[in-house]
Amino acid sequence: MNTSQLNIPDTVFFAVLAGIAALAAIGVVAFPNAVRSALCLVVNFFMLAFLYFTLNCEMLGITQIVVYTGAIMVLFLFVIMLLNLGSPQAFFERRDLKWIGGGLFGLGLLVVVGSQVLPPLLKFTQVRAEATFGSPQSVGLSLFSDYLYPFEIVSVLLLIGIVGSILLAKRRIE
Amino acid sequence: MNGVPLVAYLGLGLFMFTCGVVGVIIRRNPIVIFMCIELMLNAVNLTFLAFARYMPAKMIAPGVGPLHSATMSGQMMVIFVMAVAAAEVAVGLGIIMAIFRLRNNVDIDEMNLLRG
Repeated sequence: MNTSQLNIPDTVFFAVLAGIAALAAIGVVAFPNAVRSALCLVVNFFMLAFLYFTLNCEMLGITQIVVYTGAIMVLFLFVIMLLNLGSPQAFFERRDLKWIGGGLFGLGLLVVVGSQVLPPLLKFTQVRAEATFGSPQSVGLSLFSDYLYPFEIVSVLLLIGIVGSILLAKRRIE
Repeated sequence: MNGVPLVAYLGLGLFMFTCGVVGVIIRRNPIVIFMCIELMLNAVNLTFLAFARYMPAKMIAPGVGPLHSATMSGQMMVIFVMAVAAAEVAVGLGIIMAIFRLRNNVDIDEMNLLRG
């Protein structure tokens, strides 16, 4: 349970993945161009999927790649291209005092939460879940037995989302 | 991956969440703001999965049951967060399209249609 049993190759691998993910997260916020932000977000989601693999959550890692980078980011890029086509000036952003204030607020949040929440959890280095806890078998078994009602409710929610987005985005023909 | 402590994953999640918060505050483009919200949701997902795998002993509430169901609950929450995020993005981007068609501009500071 102590930190002296640090595994060097695993730690280096994690550090590379986490570093790329953190850089991409900064890029999402800092790039003035929305397309570049979206591409940074794609990189970030891929790194997160690999981090899910390192957490033994294979099912959720694949879901992350398919749902986020496959579906959601394509939707984002479609809308960016669609809006950019209409007016190229729509995405011009001014940089002003809001950047300094927001940056200071973020730094404060990072320091406060990091110093209050993380130290008591420092001693947990032991993995307690079994190695197959993220396999498709166990996820499916749990999803279709204990979590069947939430699953059905989410399917209704997705249906409502589809209908609502079509209704909102369609052109009024009058 | 057995050598990485829980705090490393939580620290990365905290950093990504902070980036999302800062982005929501400072950006004016509603699409980028949506992306920052996605960033925050993903940071929370990473935290859920890290807790589900390491499962600190004090955090298992009485009555949750055996360790297996306690580790599964984190993953189930991540699945539902992903589904809700997908629905949210579809509806939100539809709203942005509708606003763009109405105003021909997507600067969030100039959206004051609801002002009384």
